[in-house]
Amino acid sequence: MEELTEKLKKEIIEVLNLEDIKPEDIDVDAPLFGDGLGLDSIDALELIVLLEKNYSIKIEDPKEGRKIFTSVRTMANFILEHQKK
Amino acid sequence: MIITRYCSINPEQVSVNKTILLKNPDSDKKNLLKTLYRHLYIQYPKFFKMDPLSKLAFLSAEILLRDMNVTTRYPSEEIGMILLNSTSSLETDEKHQESINDRGNYFPSPSVFVYTLPNIMAGEIAIRHKIKGENAVIIREKPDVQTIFQLVDELFSRKRVSCCIAGWVESYHDRLSSCLMLIENEEMAKTYIEPEEIIIFDPSNIERIFKEVLLDGRTDGKA
Repeated sequence: MEELTEKLKKEIIEVLNLEDIKPEDIDVDAPLFGDGLGLDSIDALELIVLLEKNYSIKIEDPKEGRKIFTSVRTMANFILEHQKK
Repeated sequence: MIITRYCSINPEQVSVNKTILLKNPDSDKKNLLKTLYRHLYIQYPKFFKMDPLSKLAFLSAEILLRDMNVTTRYPSEEIGMILLNSTSSLETDEKHQESINDRGNYFPSPSVFVYTLPNIMAGEIAIRHKIKGENAVIIREKPDVQTIFQLVDELFSRKRVSCCIAGWVESYHDRLSSCLMLIENEEMAKTYIEPEEIIIFDPSNIERIFKEVLLDGRTDGKA
């Protein structure tokens, strides 16, 4: 799990161009949107693409994203659950 | 109409009026834009999500408007923008095209796609400075003095603006070149500009400024 959350942090920083933010700056339980990293709706779409491209997970209903992208941990849990299937 | 400030960014120098802010900032476009962002002590994380054209327009406007208090001196609806360039958003269009060329590896990036229009650069400036006046991005082969003059003159004549940002913002791969002017109504400008510093907004002065800052009139931004 920790390996996956660290990998996700690096991927999020890269795809969202989060300049000046290092993986260690991201708390795995901190909210990604709103007060956390301050991401916006375009970033949410970019995270959907990230899951599809890097983990072959397709989110059919964008509304699901709200729960999945709550934090790095919820993203990691979603990936692990999906990979078990 | 008076030009109360003008500024320029190119690989040789960054300047405001006749003052050089930065000499030979960086030959690499990506580094140059980042160096200038740091040099200006800006805190605006969204900058790093922009495409190079919007970054260049954003930084140019930042230099042009710094300490000019335009949004306190004019209603935001009366501040307009007329921007020109020759390659539109082609650099980002190509990047987007590359991501959709291969049907087997089809992952268009939403954050790239949103910059596949040149007027997004005007939007980024408007968001940053809370500018709500009329704006247009026009594609011309070269910095077209007459087009800029006529469009800005039209906005002022119709009393649609009291202040306008106008000029050239070009970014395409290794090319980078901008020259923006701040144009204000004469009455307001004369309250704080010394008589000897007054530059009338007319075609001959626009041309003189372009020749002065766009690398001897060249528009490709190559040193």
